Amino acid sequence: MSGLLARHRNIIDFALSSLLRRKAKNISLLAVYTLIVIIIASCMLFINALKQEAAAVLKDAPDMVVQKMVAGRHDLMPVSRGEVIGGITGVRGVTARLWGYYYDAVTRANYTLTVSDGGQPAPGSIYIGSAIARLTGFSQGDLMPLRTYKGESKLLQVVRVLPAEAEIVSADLIVLSEKDFRELFNFPAGFATDLAVSAGNPLELATIAAKIVHQFPDTRPIMKSEMLRTYDSIFDWRGGMIVVMFAVAVLAFIIFAWDKASGLSAEERREIGILKSIGWETADVLLLKFWEGAIISLTAFLCGATVAYCHVFFFSASLFEHALKGWAVLYPQFRLAPSINAYQLTILFFLTVVPYTAATIIPSWRSATVDPDSSMR
Amino acid sequence: MRKSNIFILITCFNLALLLLLAAHARLGKQNAEVPQAVCAGIVKELQLTDLCLFTEARYTRHPSMADFHAPFQDHPGALDHFPSGSLVSPPRFSHEGL
Repeated sequence: MSGLLARHRNIIDFALSSLLRRKAKNISLLAVYTLIVIIIASCMLFINALKQEAAAVLKDAPDMVVQKMVAGRHDLMPVSRGEVIGGITGVRGVTARLWGYYYDAVTRANYTLTVSDGGQPAPGSIYIGSAIARLTGFSQGDLMPLRTYKGESKLLQVVRVLPAEAEIVSADLIVLSEKDFRELFNFPAGFATDLAVSAGNPLELATIAAKIVHQFPDTRPIMKSEMLRTYDSIFDWRGGMIVVMFAVAVLAFIIFAWDKASGLSAEERREIGILKSIGWETADVLLLKFWEGAIISLTAFLCGATVAYCHVFFFSASLFEHALKGWAVLYPQFRLAPSINAYQLTILFFLTVVPYTAATIIPSWRSATVDPDSSMR
Repeated sequence: MRKSNIFILITCFNLALLLLLAAHARLGKQNAEVPQAVCAGIVKELQLTDLCLFTEARYTRHPSMADFHAPFQDHPGALDHFPSGSLVSPPRFSHEGL
């Protein structure tokens, strides 16, 4: 056992000396490799953390939301339909939701206005999200002017700024009374934005949804599982910017591996020839090349995974910030709950270390099996 | 010191760092339960359906409520998240008068 260990240590010594002989090339290789691992690992960690956050935070979202459709787009829902839906077996309660968007021309930001079911805040007063407070400078007690759909200005008093730790759900929220909401948007009485349906048994939701569609064919029920699945699909590997970043990183990695796999340099071939001529076995040469690849890829993997974790969870994924902000003026500041597990690390390992190490060994094996004399010529 | 020893030490240090981060993640997850409970409370109270991640357009603010099949629904140059969005250019009139 100790003999085997000593053999490996000797070969690692030799591999390190060999790598250090081409210091500039190998350090730049390590740097680029680490950068690729950082990008891939950051994507993985960020996506996974966002999915987990969505699942944890939206667990108390409405069981089902029912929208009314007109010509393929959603329209205002008559509140009277809530009574009919409430009569369906298995439905525990139906609430009319009032919410909409307000574009603030001064800050050029979009706010989400919503009415709380609990009857708070009182007419004339509002709660605002902490990102709005940060952007506009309004704080508790200030009067916030909003322009109604009749063209008049409406002053509402900020009575509460929603907690900063809840920015991931409430950054752009303005919570106001039903009276103020209807006045602001000239919203017709007897209508709501949509209906929130709660079921006694979540397993019955699909049946309830089918009954609602049967009763009102112009409606679209959205179940909680679909809301959660939306976030799974948005942040899937195939999703938007993530796929672009991931594809670029993988492409760079393929170029890397291809460069290695396409053959060794004349100097490396000569080195293998010399080693074989002084008595090294093919297996020893392969072990040496394995360690050369493993030293670079393992170091890049470990450093890359560590830096990616720090980037996502200590620096709030600041490299992705511009892509996430897009054209939005209001951007929530949030810290994701850190999460890293063996499954993610294993995937990352097999995506990065294994292909590179394999790509290092294959050309070496081809070179090590030829006659040393021809290798040195 | 032998080069192999230095490499083994560096690798062990990196592994220990990664294990520390795993421990940090475990601890951080417990610490995140309070803010997550605050968020979940607001979601329940206000019957919210979506995370507030992107406020630039309706279908990015409330992706689960939006009609997914309406690129450029907010304004002609609005970026969308469909691959087809990179192929379909905004209508000409969006540039006129600018």
